[in-house]
Amino acid sequence: MKTGALAAARLVAARDLSLAFRKPSQLLQPLMFFMIVATLFPLTLTPELSRLRDAAPGVLWIGALLSSLLALEFLFRDDAVDGTLEQFALSGQSLTWMLFAKTCTHWLLTGLPLALSAPLAALALGVPVAALGAMIAALALGSFGLSLVGAICAGLTLGARRGGVLLSLLTLPLSVPILVFGSDATRLAIVGADIAGPMYMLSAIAVLGVTLAPLAAAAAVRIGLE
Amino acid sequence: MNWTWFHRFGSAPYMYGFAQRWTPWFGSAALLLMLIALYGGLVLAPPDYQQKDAFRIVYVHAPSATLSLLIYTTMAVTAAVGLIWRMKVAHAAAAACAPIGAWFTVATLITGSLWGKPMWGTYWAWDPRLTSELVLLFLYFGYMGLRAAIEDPQKADKASAVLAIVGIVNVPIIKYSVNWWNSLHQPATRLLGKADMDWSMVWPLLTMFLAFMLFFGAVLLIRLRAELLRRERGASWVREVLS
Amino acid sequence: MLSVSGLHLWRGDRHVLRNVSFEAIPGRCVLLTGRNGAGKTTLLRAIAGLLEPEEGQVSWRGTSTRQTRNEFHAELAYLGHEPPLKGDLTARENLAYSIGIRRPVTGAEVDAALARTGAAKFADRAVRLLSAGQRRRVALAGVLLANAVLWLLDEPATNLDAEGQHLVADLVAEQLARAGVVVAAVHHSLPLAAESLTELTLDVA
Repeated sequence: MKTGALAAARLVAARDLSLAFRKPSQLLQPLMFFMIVATLFPLTLTPELSRLRDAAPGVLWIGALLSSLLALEFLFRDDAVDGTLEQFALSGQSLTWMLFAKTCTHWLLTGLPLALSAPLAALALGVPVAALGAMIAALALGSFGLSLVGAICAGLTLGARRGGVLLSLLTLPLSVPILVFGSDATRLAIVGADIAGPMYMLSAIAVLGVTLAPLAAAAAVRIGLE
Repeated sequence: MNWTWFHRFGSAPYMYGFAQRWTPWFGSAALLLMLIALYGGLVLAPPDYQQKDAFRIVYVHAPSATLSLLIYTTMAVTAAVGLIWRMKVAHAAAAACAPIGAWFTVATLITGSLWGKPMWGTYWAWDPRLTSELVLLFLYFGYMGLRAAIEDPQKADKASAVLAIVGIVNVPIIKYSVNWWNSLHQPATRLLGKADMDWSMVWPLLTMFLAFMLFFGAVLLIRLRAELLRRERGASWVREVLS
Repeated sequence: MLSVSGLHLWRGDRHVLRNVSFEAIPGRCVLLTGRNGAGKTTLLRAIAGLLEPEEGQVSWRGTSTRQTRNEFHAELAYLGHEPPLKGDLTARENLAYSIGIRRPVTGAEVDAALARTGAAKFADRAVRLLSAGQRRRVALAGVLLANAVLWLLDEPATNLDAEGQHLVADLVAEQLARAGVVVAAVHHSLPLAAESLTELTLDVA
């Protein structure tokens, strides 16, 4: 009698969550990184809030992107090293589904907290309070897309030397659409306009990602396990 | 339908022979068409009423841009064939395509930059085509970087195949998002609209496209031969060919 | 039940597996012997489906494993060089998760398996605090819990003392008695009845 797919996914998520909470510092690091990056921009540009407001969409999204690239390191790395990933491939469950569960859990632990704590950086960059809700929504949706795309690249770089830099090189071009639409949504939110257009695009990308990215990630992981 | 012709391409010695025979034809046809296109574009075509003679760089710029995308597509298709039918020759072809495509992308960027100077007075502008080409260059670098970083050659083939397929799915999305971004901030700064061109300007362009494609074919066949020799260096057919 | 025929596999330029073939019926243990680098691990991984051979095929219950991958994996337990355990979880938690993904497993079953392999004493310590031998015992408990018909073991007695080596032999014997199949890569032969053993020696390429 085999475990059902949903139950297996729940176990995968539960394991990752319990592991993450045993090492909470690992969760805080990408957030700290995001805050520091957001601080560096005023230091290198200008302290004037009105001018920072114009740059805010870029600063927030690039900070979010760099932070999620760092966080992607620990999506598959530990599991690849200790053989857990191999056991997924041999478990009789769909590897695609297992990796999708892992990616979602990873987003819950990295992307979502980033989106929720972004207001701190945003206010410091002159973003009006009224825009914060929309900004969180865009960052949450965009970071989900980034996690999905990043999972593919993380799978591909499992067998590579100096995988960290290569992971960034592979993920950055593929994340251009998310960056474009996400920063556009943030820009529109700041000026008080309707963000529906770019949000629809982000949702479309997320849907495409959900359907295709886990498949590609599973193919990549199987190749990496050879 | 008889698929033996397809599977014959899976044989390395056959492909080597095929490449050897056809390279001179592709090469000479490419050269001929290039000369005709250059004559048509540089001498016969009248100067553009707006840009005068500066527009002539389109004869190198536009075909380079098309080729850079066409080669990425070819790379992704051959990689997919290699992955699905497990054909080593297909993987070799994909590996051979990558540097050629990257160079065409660089050529597009350089010619675009040179064109920008008389057009806008600056060597770079964030025009949607140039920006997309830049992202495409990064995709090529990623592909070649991944290949170089994986030690095991079969794993490198398969992993880069997955990346190429993921890339080709993303390219339309990236282009669409770059166009969206560009339209938000300034009116379309397209270097040259299709509507502006009179037939005497168009036929050299079409000829040049064809010439570039044949040129790509010739260079690909040469690189493919080198790839096959390198990959199969222990095999007996290689020893025969090299002796 | 397990049939390997005409397996050829290259790793880079090395022709690691050269025309490997064997059959294993229920109650049979196939011992893979050979020097380091001869391809024992490669063969086990190829049977498990982690590596794709260039030629040849692996059949389980008559059908190619490539076609029925998930069903095959549900009946397979694979133990590689390193026990697949997460350092920050306890032994008990590790097995509950890793086996739970395959089949619903109760706490009592986990306890019983840990007791059988002599790992009950340290079942509640974080795995990173355990010695290599202790981790190996936990991993063996995992193999037991999988309820698998086919066991693929890569040097199962590594890091185990003399008592541990006997444990491995006993576990294999019990698996064979349950009409299971075991393929194990070993350095020394296992003390099992000769009728149930087949030895396959691999040579370095």
